[in-house]
Amino acid sequence: MGQQVRIEVNGTTHEREVDPRTLLVHFLREDLALTGTNVGCETSLCGACTVLIDGEAVKSCTQLAVQADGTSVTTIEGLAQDGELHPLQTAFHEEHGLQCGFCTPGMILTAVDLLNDNPTPSADEIRQGLKGNICRCTGYHNIIKAVQRAAEGGAS
Amino acid sequence: MFPANFEYFRAASVEEAVALLHRHKDAKVLAGGHSLLPIMKLRLAEPAALIDIGHIHILKGISHHRNGIRIGALTTHATIARSEVLQRECSLLSDAAAHIGDPQVRNKGTIGGNIAHADPASDLPAVLLALGARIQMAGPAGDRTVAASDFFTDLLETELREDEVLTAVDVPAIAESAGASYLKFEHPASGYAICGAAAVVDMDGGSCRSASLAFNGVTAIPHHAVAVGDALAGSDISDEAIAAAIEANLRIEEPLGDIQASGEYRVELAKVYGRRALQQARDRARS
Repeated sequence: MGQQVRIEVNGTTHEREVDPRTLLVHFLREDLALTGTNVGCETSLCGACTVLIDGEAVKSCTQLAVQADGTSVTTIEGLAQDGELHPLQTAFHEEHGLQCGFCTPGMILTAVDLLNDNPTPSADEIRQGLKGNICRCTGYHNIIKAVQRAAEGGAS
Repeated sequence: MFPANFEYFRAASVEEAVALLHRHKDAKVLAGGHSLLPIMKLRLAEPAALIDIGHIHILKGISHHRNGIRIGALTTHATIARSEVLQRECSLLSDAAAHIGDPQVRNKGTIGGNIAHADPASDLPAVLLALGARIQMAGPAGDRTVAASDFFTDLLETELREDEVLTAVDVPAIAESAGASYLKFEHPASGYAICGAAAVVDMDGGSCRSASLAFNGVTAIPHHAVAVGDALAGSDISDEAIAAAIEANLRIEEPLGDIQASGEYRVELAKVYGRRALQQARDRARS
């Protein structure tokens, strides 16, 4: 039996009928074709599926689409405005904060939430803030630098 | 990976959630989903129905209640960690919540879901035992309350009946003269406690008025080391007194053992982390 949901994603409201067991990440990737949100570990450890729900970083592999009914979701596709990259995207680019890029959408969205809460984090606070995001290329050093650079430039 | 099929119901009130649970056998309550959905994805649980209480706003929030603080079951770990009321009056709980999982998990995971799931490696149960918290539940026969020390009954099992909803957790404010500490030896990847120790020490000048020590991760249900606290009450709670009280009174039966740590090792960890948590709680009470 389908369940009606109304979810705003990157500024556009979508009304769909979903199977209750549909995970939010699959709703985004398969129903809305927003494949920037990745499926990684599937066990809420790696953070590759992180999106913002009403501004808070959440792992979309451990959330049913029906739970997101009535909320506003931001995915990596929703960060750039009018062709201008978000300051965190620019900082990841300039600091080589990505290698294979698989963890990057989750890293950036988690960092958006982090900088909203704490616009001037120390390196240690950034590490704690990104504790739920794993980079299999082990490129953490430049990821920290990228978040610091975005913070210095007022990325939040 | 996705869960097996289930019927989905969204409850608009606690009464409706209780009625739905009463009507649907083999139903589970869905709050933040961060304990339930992982085991459903692994097909370790295949409930026939989910009762979603996530939209019952009255279950969210932190407020003063009688002599203590009431935390609604749907309050997230992130909200508890950031709560100024808890940081001021019951920092043991806000500090422990700040170390659960990671930021994304804390944004979704709830205190009610955490303790209803009763994972032995979870951080909060020992903290709630050490504090002397009480758990509020609503069911077809009305509301009832149990002490946290009576709530956990076995591995992943609690006092909560199948048609009851956990609605709130009541914690006492920590006395001005007391200090508290939660320390854990955690699994480096998951962050789950292999051994966690929560301590509250109330001081009367140079002597210990009361002490409370509890552990998680070591046994199937959190362990309240009442005899250790009793032995320290009235003492000078020196490092030597703490060591002696633990040596003579800490008795842990049937410790958990797995690939990460044997039961014997966990008991040794409990002695060390229990001692350190008591020392830190004492030092915080004095400062």
